[in-house]
Amino acid sequence: MTVPTTVTAPARASAGNDVLLEVRDLRTYFHVLDGTVKAVDGVSFSVRRGQTIGLVGESGCGKSVTALTIMRLLDIPPAEIASGEIIFEGRDLLTLSEDEMRHVRGNDIAMIFQEPMTSLNPVYTVGDQIAEAVMLHQRLSKKEAWNKAIESLRAVGINNPERRVKQYPHELSGGMRQRVMIAMALSCDPKLLIADEPTTALDVTIQAQILELIKDVQDRTGTALMLITHDLGVVAETVHDVLVMYAGRIVETGTVEDVLLAPKHPYTEGLLRSIPSRGMKGQRLNVIKGTVPNPFNMPKGCNFAPRCPYAFAPCAEYDPRIEEANPPDVACWLYTPAPGSPIPPRIRPRRPVEVGA
Amino acid sequence: MSSSAPSLSLGRRRGGRAVEARVSRGLWADALRRLVRNRPALVGLALVAVFVVAALAAPVVAPYGPYERAGGQLEPPSPAHLFGTDLLGRDVFSRVLYGAQISLQVGVVAVLLALLTGGIIGALAGGFGGWVDAALMRLTDVLLAIPGILLAIGIVAWLGRGMPQLMLAIAVTYTPIFARLLRGSLLALREVDYVVAARSIGASPLRILTRHMLPNAVTPLIVQATLVLATAIIDIAGLGFLGLGPPDPRTPEWGTMLVDARRFLQTAPHIVFFVGGAIVVSAIGFNLLGDGLRESLDPRLKR
Repeated sequence: MTVPTTVTAPARASAGNDVLLEVRDLRTYFHVLDGTVKAVDGVSFSVRRGQTIGLVGESGCGKSVTALTIMRLLDIPPAEIASGEIIFEGRDLLTLSEDEMRHVRGNDIAMIFQEPMTSLNPVYTVGDQIAEAVMLHQRLSKKEAWNKAIESLRAVGINNPERRVKQYPHELSGGMRQRVMIAMALSCDPKLLIADEPTTALDVTIQAQILELIKDVQDRTGTALMLITHDLGVVAETVHDVLVMYAGRIVETGTVEDVLLAPKHPYTEGLLRSIPSRGMKGQRLNVIKGTVPNPFNMPKGCNFAPRCPYAFAPCAEYDPRIEEANPPDVACWLYTPAPGSPIPPRIRPRRPVEVGA
Repeated sequence: MSSSAPSLSLGRRRGGRAVEARVSRGLWADALRRLVRNRPALVGLALVAVFVVAALAAPVVAPYGPYERAGGQLEPPSPAHLFGTDLLGRDVFSRVLYGAQISLQVGVVAVLLALLTGGIIGALAGGFGGWVDAALMRLTDVLLAIPGILLAIGIVAWLGRGMPQLMLAIAVTYTPIFARLLRGSLLALREVDYVVAARSIGASPLRILTRHMLPNAVTPLIVQATLVLATAIIDIAGLGFLGLGPPDPRTPEWGTMLVDARRFLQTAPHIVFFVGGAIVVSAIGFNLLGDGLRESLDPRLKR
């Protein structure tokens, strides 16, 4: 492969000092019995202070692994970080010692998980758990940490926090627990909050409340947010910039308006078309044909080519990389001349796509 | 969790009605409530209580001393001698009570010892993983490969007869069970969301092991300890029966008593009946209690 190593972050290259997190050419592989799975295969992006980015894609595309790699929460082995840099405030997280990394976790970068039902330890009260997070990073007495826990529960809209802190997780509803998780994540004022499918396990009304809350606390605290989801509706409501992932790669990036209203990549287009809309009573749902490629046996050319309605000659031969595109916002031969291919790209301008049409 | 309705909450985000408070009760209180509703467990608890009281109160309750010649030879049960008398005219009822003392003492010490060493081995293996895990688990494999009673016989034969040796022999036999159990629980817990969440807030590995994993792994150990106590009582009697019990043959140890009484199975079956009955009843008691504890404590059976 002829991937240049000087990779520029595809997400808006804005004022250098403003960049909080910059991920460069990150590759996370899993070595398992059947071979190697390239769960994250050359991902680059950056997050500015206070910015909200959305990482979207279907199950298994590498979204969560990307997040866990940034937090360095993967067990090595079986995981291997084959290449890349994760520059957070000028330091490469991948070169930090485990002790140094522990000070980053929770303190600088906090994470909210998908399953509020199981993400809290059943044997401690929620107050104990929030206070623990606080005391891990701040020199506070037990009493002060406890007060901080009450305060942070109030900040996430929990009524009567003085009573709630003394309750055990099993005494709280799912939405309530997710609020507790958010309170815990925000208790140390992190600069970056990674939310991994924070609303997937919740029902729709609670989803809306939790998203509202996340936006709300983000406005108040100015923390940057990396929202991982497969729900384009969530993305549309919450984020400024979107990264679309497919099979371990970022295939398209841009502002939420560009990507969701006029996608370039056929995969993004397919995702949008497959959302059911109100006007399509009695019609079949649009789907993206085929399935995600076998991780042990990726296609030679573009990973999406076997499913792509626009695939043409170079797609089966050459692997498009988003970094090589100009501008670097889509990994698709429809927009970039394929190297060595006599066939010129069929430039398609961004065009509006009707959801579900 | 299963029995009581979860408190309905989250009416509105702001100004929602005050939610009716449900009394906070811990996991242990919940477990106790479930245990009390479980009839077989209660029977087990009662049997265990009888066993423990008999053991502790033997000097008070027993009508005669354990070595005292209290009546004629091999007398059948009578109001004076509830379980009859043995060859030397000693009161079998009194000796069974004192025997409970020995079984309880040896059993509890041995199981606690096994729990402690097994727990440490399991915590090291499950907590650290890697080569520590591999080495410790091969060690327990070796111990598990030898049948328990044979291992115990070997240890007593090697170290000589005596109460400490007996305790040690039983403890070594059960150590690998606890080690594997705890290791297994810890391994499963490594992937659990709240452990990953604890890592994500920057908790150290030691803190995660002691604060987040171990408390969630102890309940199976408690259950197993109760169940193992039942087999330990049988093992103690078994070793006594094989002549590897307490060094003094007059000691009122159940297994030793069985051997003595075996010769008179035809003429005085009551001795074997009552001594054997004591072993069976206490073992059943611990078994029922252990099963009951499992049902009320095991998180998988909850909900």
